[in-house]
Amino acid sequence: MPGLLGELGFRCTRFLADLGQLGVFSWAVARALLRPPPRIREGLSELYKQGVLSVSIIVVAGLAVGMVLGLQGYSILSRFGAADALGSMVGLSLLRELGPVLTALLVTGRAGSATTAEIGTMVATEQLDGLRMMSVDPVHYVIAPRALGLMAVMPLLSALFITCGIFGGWLVGTGLMGLDSGRYLSSLQANTDFRDDVVGSFVKAAIFGVIVALVSTWRGYRAEPTSAGVSAATTSTVVSASLSILLGDYMITALWGL
Amino acid sequence: MARTRFGVLMPAAPSPHVLLRHVRRAFGRRVVFDDLCCEFPRGNITVIAGGSGSGKSTLLRLVGGLIRPDAGEVLVDGRDVARLRESGLAEVRQGLGMLFQNGALLDSLSVFANVAFPLREHSDLSEREIAEVVHESLRHVGLADVDALLPGQLSGGMRKRVALARAIVRRPSLLLVDEPFSGLDPISALRIERLLVQLRGEGGLTLLVVSHDPPSTLRMAAHLVALVGGRAVQGPPRTLLGHADPRVRALLGEAIDPALVAAEEER
Repeated sequence: MPGLLGELGFRCTRFLADLGQLGVFSWAVARALLRPPPRIREGLSELYKQGVLSVSIIVVAGLAVGMVLGLQGYSILSRFGAADALGSMVGLSLLRELGPVLTALLVTGRAGSATTAEIGTMVATEQLDGLRMMSVDPVHYVIAPRALGLMAVMPLLSALFITCGIFGGWLVGTGLMGLDSGRYLSSLQANTDFRDDVVGSFVKAAIFGVIVALVSTWRGYRAEPTSAGVSAATTSTVVSASLSILLGDYMITALWGL
Repeated sequence: MARTRFGVLMPAAPSPHVLLRHVRRAFGRRVVFDDLCCEFPRGNITVIAGGSGSGKSTLLRLVGGLIRPDAGEVLVDGRDVARLRESGLAEVRQGLGMLFQNGALLDSLSVFANVAFPLREHSDLSEREIAEVVHESLRHVGLADVDALLPGQLSGGMRKRVALARAIVRRPSLLLVDEPFSGLDPISALRIERLLVQLRGEGGLTLLVVSHDPPSTLRMAAHLVALVGGRAVQGPPRTLLGHADPRVRALLGEAIDPALVAAEEER
């Protein structure tokens, strides 16, 4: 029993210490983002790697989710004689929940894990120490552009996911189920509130972007300088960022109704 | 010049470039250094030798300010890097270059961009001037026509030479070199050794070289710091060949007594 308590105490202490270090790291990243010189070339390169290279996966996933929503939604709504509301059902589901959450999970798996692996490898091969020895702050040169890239692409990719999803729902609704295209779109338009649904969706995606950016860069930065350490850090990024997104989603919805 | 107690002017002994005083450093429960004192003369090559895990690379990282000691002073040109803030460390590092064991080249940048990196970060040189300095530095280490290659496309020896070109491109006064010969064939190792000796001869550079290789140590080092049991034994290598401690002599290539190995294992 004392051993168990000791272990529990050790884990709690380590968790709190990790949280404190993450706070310090986040502050350092925030300061680095504002400090000159701006790392424009590195930032653009990250936008390309994390954003442009994620477009195909987001388009395919968005279409697939929208089409499934179209099939399931039509089947359920038809039972209540409300098949005309398919557009609003697909659109609101995507805007309020599925768009930001699934985009964040996909970006975590594709770009977040790659970011952790890249930074972790730089740690293991002493590239960050090399930067320090050249009087260059690795947080400014390596971490901040990657974090900014992830934060910037998340709302944009989420918007793309939602658009593709709505299109997928429309394809199934009008193409397969014979729903009128005008009714699908008018239902979507009539029941979507710009501030609550559209802006809220962007805000949610932006918050998820911050979570993925900080978790993935932090895990890479703190990776053990071995191949096993980099691998563990990458796995840890996917697990902790995914759980943080899902728990964060609940908190945001419960607190602000977004 | 320094005045003696009798008022006679005597040439002052040159101050060491790097001085470690009573340094203690532990990683968790493992104490690497306990009361380590040693010095590194200016304008000379000092080889740091020691067994695996004796703290050779740790010593270089302490001097570079990459890690801090738990106690003691690490003086570089009289400034204690152990107590400097990041801005102060950045100043000290302006006069310092480091060649890491695996080169530590930025793998997303080409050879040219890697060597040009410190100049682009810290100088007002135009791109044309940077190109001149970079090519001069690459020529210095015997490389040409490698500008566009990525570090992943280079052999181990070439990578080290590019890293050396980057380390010296800003003409530092102190160069830290971590295991420059590891993983290299004898010819590449000899080429790197000659480069290090040449660098010292040209600019009066101080070099701290971590090495396991006794023949090269005896050829190039003016001073040796042997790390044995968490402490430093230092002096000219040829003098230390006759040192009383067999572990020191073993670091200089003397045939190792099996009883010594057994004693080390037990320790």
